[in-house]
Amino acid sequence: MVEQVRKLLEKRLAGAAELENLRQSILQRRDPNKLCISVCAGTGCRASGAEAVVDAFIDEIERRELQINVELKETGCHGFCERGPVVVIRPKRIFYQRVKPEDIPEIISESILNGNIIERLLYVDPVTNEKIIHEPDVPFYKRQTRTIFGANGEIDPTDIEDYIAVGGYSALSKALFRMSPEETVGEVKRSGLRGRGGGGFPTGRKWQSCRDAKGGTKYVICNADEGDPGAYQDRSLLEGNPHSVLEGMIIGAYAIGSREGYIYVRNEYPLAVKHARIAIEQAMDYGLLGENILGSGFHFTISINKGGGAFVCGESSALMVSLEGKIGEPRAKYTHMSENGLWDRPTLLNNVKTWANVPLIINKGAEWYSRVGTAGSKGTMIFSLVGKINNTGLVEVPMGITLREMIYDIGGGIPNGKKFKAVQTGGPSGGCIPEQYLDTPVDFDELSKLGSMMGSGGMIVMDEDTCMVDIAKYFIDFLKGESCGKCVPCREGLNRMSEVLNNITQGKGKQEDLDILEDLAGVLKDGALCALGQTAANPVLTTLRYFRDEYIAHIDEKRCPAGVCRELIQYSIDPEKCEGCLRCLRACPTGAISGEKRQPHTINQSMCIKCGACYDVCKFGAVIKR
Amino acid sequence: MELVLDFPKVKAVVDSYTEKVDSLIDSYADKKEELISLLQDVQVEFNYLPRDVLVKVSQKLDIPLSQVFSVATFFRAFSLKPRGRHLVTVCLGTACHVRGGHRLVDKVERDYGIKPGETTEDMKFTLETVNCLGCCALGPVVVVDGKYESQMNPDKLDRVIRGCK
Repeated sequence: MVEQVRKLLEKRLAGAAELENLRQSILQRRDPNKLCISVCAGTGCRASGAEAVVDAFIDEIERRELQINVELKETGCHGFCERGPVVVIRPKRIFYQRVKPEDIPEIISESILNGNIIERLLYVDPVTNEKIIHEPDVPFYKRQTRTIFGANGEIDPTDIEDYIAVGGYSALSKALFRMSPEETVGEVKRSGLRGRGGGGFPTGRKWQSCRDAKGGTKYVICNADEGDPGAYQDRSLLEGNPHSVLEGMIIGAYAIGSREGYIYVRNEYPLAVKHARIAIEQAMDYGLLGENILGSGFHFTISINKGGGAFVCGESSALMVSLEGKIGEPRAKYTHMSENGLWDRPTLLNNVKTWANVPLIINKGAEWYSRVGTAGSKGTMIFSLVGKINNTGLVEVPMGITLREMIYDIGGGIPNGKKFKAVQTGGPSGGCIPEQYLDTPVDFDELSKLGSMMGSGGMIVMDEDTCMVDIAKYFIDFLKGESCGKCVPCREGLNRMSEVLNNITQGKGKQEDLDILEDLAGVLKDGALCALGQTAANPVLTTLRYFRDEYIAHIDEKRCPAGVCRELIQYSIDPEKCEGCLRCLRACPTGAISGEKRQPHTINQSMCIKCGACYDVCKFGAVIKR
Repeated sequence: MELVLDFPKVKAVVDSYTEKVDSLIDSYADKKEELISLLQDVQVEFNYLPRDVLVKVSQKLDIPLSQVFSVATFFRAFSLKPRGRHLVTVCLGTACHVRGGHRLVDKVERDYGIKPGETTEDMKFTLETVNCLGCCALGPVVVVDGKYESQMNPDKLDRVIRGCK
């Protein structure tokens, strides 16, 4: 016990110099040329089997007694989830993808012991067919600017010394000892950082008003209730580099004069919760959190709160009410959260990514930070590039990059030779952007001009097989289910819009439905209490604006051009192409398909439930959907 | 207060938990505001929120029962009905939706006769949907008893579900 306390006290850092000394001693202990196998163990790669890969590495390294020569590191998300499980061998950064446990003995014997490359595990550029050996040369990474996200692949999120080794907590030390709280706010203000959670409100202004707000007790909150379907960068940051978020929060607390903070994280993100918990404990042990941080006399604690799975709780006022143990109903915005937030006290709430930007701004300065980006949007942004795209994953790019560069140069275009149709940004509050705007630079203001928004950074690519009316219906149904029901425009308006859209997709739509949709959209925008309702119509409005012809086809011709809306399509079998292989016949759950072996099959339309099973299994392209 | 039970079948199990429930609720004695966390803990223990435990929470923490119920019904994470031995959660986030996630729901609905939120009569499976699991690159994603299954199709899902004992 005494020994434990002594160890704990030894760890506690009592000043800027001690932190720096610790960093130097960590770096001295480590040989930069030592072979390090870094395995991505983020949720994505885990879903692809990364844990078994890690176990296999542990076994093999032990079996060959290589513990001294080789380091094994389980890191957070590297971003290229499509290719997981991902393994990178440092220092050369040899990049192996889709690694299986059975590949491990060969990786050890060939790549680790003999320095040979295993060709079959390399990434093949789909455009040039060239095999790529090193991680930075992979096109997916090459075009990115990974200032916030880059450390994810280098550090073990459960080891604070890894974070300290790459310069972690030096921004906190700088703020505490070399900057006044006012100067800290000023630096963030001048950086031009805008909130990364959705609204894009200038972060520095938020900090200033919270600092100026009257009242002794103030709170700091990290919003990790990442509800936008299709966005997962907050999860990956909190999982992969939790200390960067903590450091940002502590600096924020110092700047506004707060002693207590919360991380409100989704219940669906168990790994993020776990890593954030470990990070908080370690930061406390090292004297970087808790009482008398770094011996500066400043106190700050952070606790974690798990959400209950309500999308609306990502809205700041709803989040705070939910932190108070009540249902997450938003408040009207004439009361500012920076003055009357949690427990009616001044509260500073920022998104995970916003917090992670803060240490960078403090360390390198506002001038350096604002060099990247566009006039109105500074720095980089992390997007989740998903949907019908070749290279899916998380990408960090400078603000102002065009949609085309993101989708084609980084994302590698649309799979299976299909045609691009739209990209949906901003989650349920955003909109669908068609091909003619692909050269638009991506920043807060440009996306808003197109009727969409930046949101939390979700970017879902859709191809010709995606029905835009179905997408509008999807988002409205999503929001209908998530509306808290407090205000009438949102509660009733979304129900009505859902009815109308369901009718259209079922072939029961009328011309005047489109006017009703536009009317309702206006009511929601003007009348809803919070951003959920105010922006809820964006998916409908943008699809009406850019893909009106698809609505018309559903209404006038009772036809779904993309072949998605079940009531409007029919499956049939082309007798010319059908080889009579019986595959579809076996796959059909209702027995609607009949036919003899080697004879063309037919579908009994009255029995067909349009599940598409036959379409999926046919190897000859004989099943026609229209 | 003695626990009154919803289902005789689980009586024995709940009885053995009575003490646990008491100490769980007592650990939140001065933390009324952490009601959501408490309910999460209760759900971890029972797999759902038994009515009588909610009554107990209300009495012990002096929170109106209406408020306990409003929280228990507002958040998606809570279930007021017992759930099956295996939990099948289909992700219906946008990325999974455009890659056909809803077809997986259709498949389970068809094969097992349960809609999202429902449990099979033999208490074997509960089907749930979730708005996004943050594995968008690997969609459609299904989580079966906490294990993530990526790039699913109706056929693969069928195999995974059949593998559940």
